[in-house]
Amino acid sequence: MHSFGHRANALLTFALTILALMCAMASFSDNFNSPSPTADVQVLNINWFQKQPNGNDEVSLTFNISADLQSLFTWNTKQVFVFLAAEYETPKNSMNQVSLWDGIIPSKEHAKFWIHTTNKYRFTDQGSNLRGKEFNLSLHWHVMPKTGKMFADKIVMSGFRLPEEYR
Amino acid sequence: MDWQGQKLAEQLMQIMLVAFAVVAFFTGYLVNSFQTMLLIYASGVLLTTLVAVPNWPFFNRNHLKWLDPSEADRHPKPQISSTNTGSKKKSSKQHQK
Repeated sequence: MHSFGHRANALLTFALTILALMCAMASFSDNFNSPSPTADVQVLNINWFQKQPNGNDEVSLTFNISADLQSLFTWNTKQVFVFLAAEYETPKNSMNQVSLWDGIIPSKEHAKFWIHTTNKYRFTDQGSNLRGKEFNLSLHWHVMPKTGKMFADKIVMSGFRLPEEYR
Repeated sequence: MDWQGQKLAEQLMQIMLVAFAVVAFFTGYLVNSFQTMLLIYASGVLLTTLVAVPNWPFFNRNHLKWLDPSEADRHPKPQISSTNTGSKKKSSKQHQK
């Protein structure tokens, strides 16, 4: 500690090391949060259901999503990324997962929401397997932290079925 | 700074930074605000810098005791010398030390 520069350097590096430790502790504190999110999806309408020229089925849906994701937020949460996926099985793929809608929830106040929309992204199959297909709609979320580990989970809602014939 | 002062500066720096970090973390956690933690810690780092880095007078209270010059005994003045060689000899003696 014999010079100004030496002391300044020692202080800076020590302060930054302690900051890194505080961030690690903040991330660890997220483990003490036990979230209890709820969600519900209603499919209101099948707008159209066609086989495209390239042979792939495509369907357009209108749905309602209502969810309460407030309990996911902690002091170390930057935002929550949420998306709705349709999941079903085909002879070719044991699991097909198609993202229909997504959004970013920037704060706890916005985390209790209700949205009525058509699918933001196309619901297209690899092939033409969708007629009469039973599928699940699952709401996934990624809790993006300010620092440290990201937590992800989902709620699966089953009991949805596509029409037997094209419309 | 003298030796005691340097030790004091280092201890002050370490203790103050850790103390501010602890206060910052728990305050931020309790009021649920990450920003609060960062603000308290940043002001703590600033305060610590002002206290422990500049060469304040209280770091210089134990003056260093330098030894008495004993050069005069060990290196007697040469009897025959011109002014130039005399000064050159002095500087070379310092380097040998």
